[in-house]
Amino acid sequence: MAFDYDKYIRPGKLPHIWCPGCGHGIVMKGLIRAIDTLGLVKENTAIVSGIGCASRLPGYMDCCTLHTAHGRAAAFATGVKMAKPEMNVILVGGDGDGTAIGGNHFIHACRRNINMTYIILNNKIYGMTGGQFSPATPTGAKASTTPYGNPDPAFDIAKLAIGAGATFVARGTAFHANQIDKLIVEAIQHKGFSVVEILDDCPTTFGRRNKYKSVIEMMNHLKEVAVPVKAAEKMSPEQLQGKVLTGVLYKEEKPEYCEEYAKVIERAKK
Amino acid sequence: MRGGPSTGMPTGPSQSDIMCAKWGTHGDHPAICLVPASVQETYEEVVRAFNLSEKYRTPVMVMPDEIVAHMRERIVFPEPGEIEVVDRTAPSVPPEQYKPYDTSFGDVPPLAAFGSGYKFHVTGLNKMQDGFPTTKASIVQAEEERQVRKVEANAADIMKWEEYQCEDAEIIVVAFGSTSRSARFAVNEARKQGIKAGLFRLITFWPFPEERLLELSKKAKAFITPEMNLGMCTGVVKGCIEGNAPVLGIFRVDGEPINPGQIVDKMKEVK
Repeated sequence: MAFDYDKYIRPGKLPHIWCPGCGHGIVMKGLIRAIDTLGLVKENTAIVSGIGCASRLPGYMDCCTLHTAHGRAAAFATGVKMAKPEMNVILVGGDGDGTAIGGNHFIHACRRNINMTYIILNNKIYGMTGGQFSPATPTGAKASTTPYGNPDPAFDIAKLAIGAGATFVARGTAFHANQIDKLIVEAIQHKGFSVVEILDDCPTTFGRRNKYKSVIEMMNHLKEVAVPVKAAEKMSPEQLQGKVLTGVLYKEEKPEYCEEYAKVIERAKK
Repeated sequence: MRGGPSTGMPTGPSQSDIMCAKWGTHGDHPAICLVPASVQETYEEVVRAFNLSEKYRTPVMVMPDEIVAHMRERIVFPEPGEIEVVDRTAPSVPPEQYKPYDTSFGDVPPLAAFGSGYKFHVTGLNKMQDGFPTTKASIVQAEEERQVRKVEANAADIMKWEEYQCEDAEIIVVAFGSTSRSARFAVNEARKQGIKAGLFRLITFWPFPEERLLELSKKAKAFITPEMNLGMCTGVVKGCIEGNAPVLGIFRVDGEPINPGQIVDKMKEVK
């Protein structure tokens, strides 16, 4: 029997705003399958986002959903989790939202190791506002604000998360659809701040300007650059040139923030 | 509150954020700003800030100036239960009927907590009653008006001020925060010298007690507005008294407090 996505989609809120060929819907389906696998109760699950195409995702989900100001998903989500530590808190957003305007919220949420899962849909561009370059736009790529090529080096979002102290970091792609839910399941099960970066495509504002002839070509590119962590172990640095590691990249156990904060409250009461 | 444009003089006293507190964002929105003048009042106003925030579903700003913030004064902590604590109204309808902006419950609809069995959507975009974004002109207009109205229509419940020696006052000093302490001293000094002075001390800056000042302006000869900025409160006072009396400002932005002598001197300028 086919998987019933409707169970988790808010009645009357489709169609979504995403363009044909955008990978965001693939990631949303992965998130839905992960929620179903884990048996998360919808009334007890908060999905929090900032601003952008990816940040419209929570509105389509039949859960407690919070669409906040640009870049502020991590701040609002921290509030939800601190007030209700028993809730499942999942953040969804794009590369620009999460690592530019929300960059500080992002790194400090990583540092605190608060028990939430942040799914970053990295399509390397500000899609909704018209294709401005983001901190994830590759050097040399064209954007509406870099018509002669982007001079900035891009963030490696997964490495940024590890460096900032996230205790679970994984990466997948919109092409490897069947892996997405598995990574999200593992991320949600992990106690601490978990980050799942999904490499995505934006045919409308990135593909057009960067000589991708079709969505299929963009998806094929995701397929070609992705190298599973295990496979990468056997590859030389030369072979890994231009490749992106996928799978679970980092995992460690550390004290969780809500639990540590509860101890502070206890100490203050004495 | 901090003075100066840019970083200014960040550790010096100032009262120049009061306009920023109301007008510092895009879009019309309600503002509740409290300006306590003592340590005890700061404690009480912080509690009231939470209460107002719960009651009206809106952020509340408590804005002590640097002098008030660094004061050391005697403070009496009330016993638990002595101060009123307000919690937001929880929904009475079952989850499937709940709409977070259902105005049939009034301008401040009940608000469910996440995790309490109610699932709903919250967004910063202009929204419909169910919380989902809309660009429909009639709904956007009505929603923005409601958000402003919920505070403005309840201003009487929110506003707080103190009138000191205002009954027969010919000169009324309108002041807030640490400046109001200098003003009180000045009023006492002036009375000793036979000047009929009074103090109108703002405890809530926004909403501003426009109607009461208009009423007082019908009898007063002049208003004096000492403030640690270049005339922000002065402009608001002028705007609400319909030209009934002159408004004489005393402005300091040099990081020094306004002293009572300056205020008494200004009173003597009133003809």
